[in-house]
Amino acid sequence: MSTVPEVTPGDDGVQIDLISGARMEGLASMEKIRLILDGVRDGNIVILEEGLSPDEESKLIEVTMTEISPDEFNGIEIETYPQSKGGQGFLGRLMGKETTKKLTVIGPANQIQTLHKDENLISALVSRK
Amino acid sequence: MGLLTELRDSISRVADRLFTDSEPRRIGIYGPPNAGKTTLANRIARDWTGDAIGPESHIPHETRRARRKENVEIERNGKKVTIDIVDTPGVTTKVDYKEFLDHDMQKDDAVRRSREATEGVAEAMHWLREDVEGVIYVLDSTEDPFTQVNTMLIGIIESQDLPVLIFANKTDLEDSNVQRIANAFPQHETVPLSALEGNNMDEVYDKIAEYFG
Repeated sequence: MSTVPEVTPGDDGVQIDLISGARMEGLASMEKIRLILDGVRDGNIVILEEGLSPDEESKLIEVTMTEISPDEFNGIEIETYPQSKGGQGFLGRLMGKETTKKLTVIGPANQIQTLHKDENLISALVSRK
Repeated sequence: MGLLTELRDSISRVADRLFTDSEPRRIGIYGPPNAGKTTLANRIARDWTGDAIGPESHIPHETRRARRKENVEIERNGKKVTIDIVDTPGVTTKVDYKEFLDHDMQKDDAVRRSREATEGVAEAMHWLREDVEGVIYVLDSTEDPFTQVNTMLIGIIESQDLPVLIFANKTDLEDSNVQRIANAFPQHETVPLSALEGNNMDEVYDKIAEYFG
């Protein structure tokens, strides 16, 4: 598997990786989680065009917890828009029509702080390492 | 093929949940840190078994291991409902040992507590995916419920088709705002209570019997 193209932001910048839905589509759950956490642990902000499924979000929390290390990695900050409720009932899920597409922003907990979030807007403050 | 397999699995899971009633259902108490999950678990356990489940504290991550109280028999309107209560560590996406230093803790103790807390959160997530059959989601009604952890966890619970009740806790506090929680999760029933003071526990037990019996 190829990795996200290497960018060297230097001391003054923060790298942002925007990962398309197409890029994530062919990956297994753990590959997606690894891609996200490797980026975040390098101090990058990872933006997913289509987000993760609930099961993958659950595993992301679990794997994040196993990697937290004092004075090194405090975990992640993650924000998504609330999921649309239209057409998401039990029958929709039963028929496999559940959509998980939601823009998702993930960053290191000590570098990203959510300032405001509502149904249409996520506003975050990103600081350098 | 994939769709048919998914359909068959979904129907099978729902059928299992509907018809396998011989064992008590395991009901997980979930929510963010400091929502009052253990206070609620202790209140329920004391009311119906006489014993507590675990220690309570205002310091976040006091509960760092999932604890199960088996065979809690709740009697409502002449009908008995038996459940296992699983009190879980508060779920978060970040743990910084430095926040424990503000609670008069030495660095070694704070680091150990944060390590145990991370293990506890991972354990709670694992229980949620594998081992609980219903969820009581506890929120501190003085806090903004519209957080990412709450949204994600409710989404995870919904994706597994688990029955869920939302408990708006700490209604004894002045800043309590139950309606804000009801508005944040309108697709689920919100029950106000104070686990600490024991307020509105009759409705709490009615709803537990209705949802998980």
